[in-house]
Amino acid sequence: MMRLPPHASRAQRVGYALYLLFCGLVLLFLVAPLIAIVPLAFNEGSFLTYPLSGVSTRWFEAFFASATWQLSIRNTFVVGVCAAALATVLGTMAALGLARAPFPGSRLLMALILSPMVVPLVITALGMFFLFSRLGLTNSLLGLILAHTALGVPFVVITVSATLQGFDTNLPRAAASLGAGPILAFRRVTLPVIAPGVTVGALFAFATSFDEVVVAIFLVGPAQRTLPRQMFSGIRENLDPTIAAAASFMMLISVLLLLAVELLRRRSARMRGLG
Amino acid sequence: MAALAEPGPDQGANRGANPGLDRAEARALRARLWRSERRRQLRAFGLVAPLALFLAVVFVLPIVQMLGAAWHDRSVADAMPRTAAAIASWDRDGPPSEEVYAAIAADLIAGRQTRALALPAQRLNQELTGFRTVIFGTARALPDLGADAPPEGWRDTLTGIDDRWADTAHLVVLQRAARPWTSYYMLHALDMERGLDDRIARQPPDERLFVQLALRTLGIAATVTVVCAVMGFPLAYLLATVSGGVRAVLLVMVLLPFWTSLLVRTAAWIVMLQSEGLVNSALMWTGAIGEPLRLIYNRFGVIAVMSQVLLPFMVLPLYAVMQGISPWYMRAAQSLGAPFATAFRRVYLPQTMPGLAAGTLLVFMLSIGYYITPALVGGRGDQMLSYFIAFYATETANWGLAAALGTMLTGIVAVLFVLYSRVFGTRELSVG
Repeated sequence: MMRLPPHASRAQRVGYALYLLFCGLVLLFLVAPLIAIVPLAFNEGSFLTYPLSGVSTRWFEAFFASATWQLSIRNTFVVGVCAAALATVLGTMAALGLARAPFPGSRLLMALILSPMVVPLVITALGMFFLFSRLGLTNSLLGLILAHTALGVPFVVITVSATLQGFDTNLPRAAASLGAGPILAFRRVTLPVIAPGVTVGALFAFATSFDEVVVAIFLVGPAQRTLPRQMFSGIRENLDPTIAAAASFMMLISVLLLLAVELLRRRSARMRGLG
Repeated sequence: MAALAEPGPDQGANRGANPGLDRAEARALRARLWRSERRRQLRAFGLVAPLALFLAVVFVLPIVQMLGAAWHDRSVADAMPRTAAAIASWDRDGPPSEEVYAAIAADLIAGRQTRALALPAQRLNQELTGFRTVIFGTARALPDLGADAPPEGWRDTLTGIDDRWADTAHLVVLQRAARPWTSYYMLHALDMERGLDDRIARQPPDERLFVQLALRTLGIAATVTVVCAVMGFPLAYLLATVSGGVRAVLLVMVLLPFWTSLLVRTAAWIVMLQSEGLVNSALMWTGAIGEPLRLIYNRFGVIAVMSQVLLPFMVLPLYAVMQGISPWYMRAAQSLGAPFATAFRRVYLPQTMPGLAAGTLLVFMLSIGYYITPALVGGRGDQMLSYFIAFYATETANWGLAAALGTMLTGIVAVLFVLYSRVFGTRELSVG
């Protein structure tokens, strides 16, 4: 802690207290809404307001029993897992290639790969709608998977590239000198070392798909609705505690993802001798 | 290949360094080195190629095509090919020739049979309201004469059905729209138009809409950026200066919202800010206000929610930079007699600039394209460019205007992205 010196003046002490108070308010601003919505999912009554009129799990039961919500949970995981898998394969290969840069055009390629992160989602969504409607890929999970792959892939490339920066290139060379072919050396030497980074990338890609709603609004119909897409309709049309239950469920998954990533990061740093 | 294997100007120097190496050996070595380097590059490129190809097909191409709709529109040229060919040479001095009217009539009669007039009618109506009725009304009323011209001529027939066929403004719009390339949408997105004399001028004040919209978008993004900087800087400083245990807790408090879905956070904010929400209840309970304040579905709600959503993107780069600043600089400045404020301003603050700039650019770049948050917690007057792009594309099927506004938005973001990657490189884009 940046402590005050013992000889701090009164004004300094007041200033420091105000500074801590301000930081506390900012943290409250960050976290309070997330904490506030969870108890409302357990509300007995049917309004999203405090005070609670009693505790019940009826809204969770409604959430898990509803056919629409069930379908959206299933769609979310199908799309998220497939998109993350595809993004991880394509992204890891690309990161391995880019690690051998510079080669002609490598900077341009990097900009291309990162562009899905920064192009406004509405532009991406409309562009894909333009293309996919001609290919018959709108209103299909495949179309959404391809779209989410493109949106998640920059995160895979970034995390795997960061892992490879600390990677000792003498390891695969040693494997090669002992007679391993490039594929064997990758599978037995490189991959185990970069695996935590690759997994973090995959989790990021999944989280991107898990959070994505704009493309889902334009690209798919009711049968392919994902959780966020269903939440979007719920917030617009019928704001009841089922939304709070859905939000709590999604937050739980986000917390699990966050924990997994932080654990893997530590492991990755340790494996590369940085921890 | 041969050119590189040729002895270069530094050949002599190489020979000086390796006296035992003769010319032919050096050349062979160079060739082998070059080949192996080439192989390495090819293999590297081969690993990146699948992703590059995937993104080119699924991401870049569709966007370029979509944005191209702002400049390229063949709907009139395709559905009214005879008109397009005949009217191109009209010089606008006086009425068009009889052939032009004959071509229009032929296209309308042909289009009436194949029902191909909807798209060109819509396109013409976008530029000049009422043109749709001109097209459909005339197409319905035209006699079914086949190739035979009516005795009074096509010009009199058409103007007899609808006198707007004699109006220069309508004919100029038709002449321009019949070309496959158009600047209409782009000008419209900048609140400008081409007069009958082809000169570009601003639209009449009551029709101007989009420049103000762009300014509103930039204004909201700038406000959110400033709010994030004001809140993020002290928080990042606290994160960088506290000890391990507290820091881990604080970091989780920053990362949790970062990982939580945007939709969840928006729903949570509605709970907080609605008229019976927590904020209003708390303020009423303390007696600070008598009746609930309107905190949501207005500009305040949009700024508050967007700031919370984007705050981690400001805090994390700032924290990363502050972590690397040694506390000794500040201590040295203070031990030399600088008061805390002076030492902070002259010694610490300049060192945080890379983080502050990165966070600012990142937050501004991300907030400028926001769609979901304003749509859910904003009022009618708080919608940003993205909302109108989606509106014109899906509600009115005016892809040209949507593409023009999209070009504007993408252009702004592209400039910021290039700026960002020039200054900070692209790796630091990973936050969280």
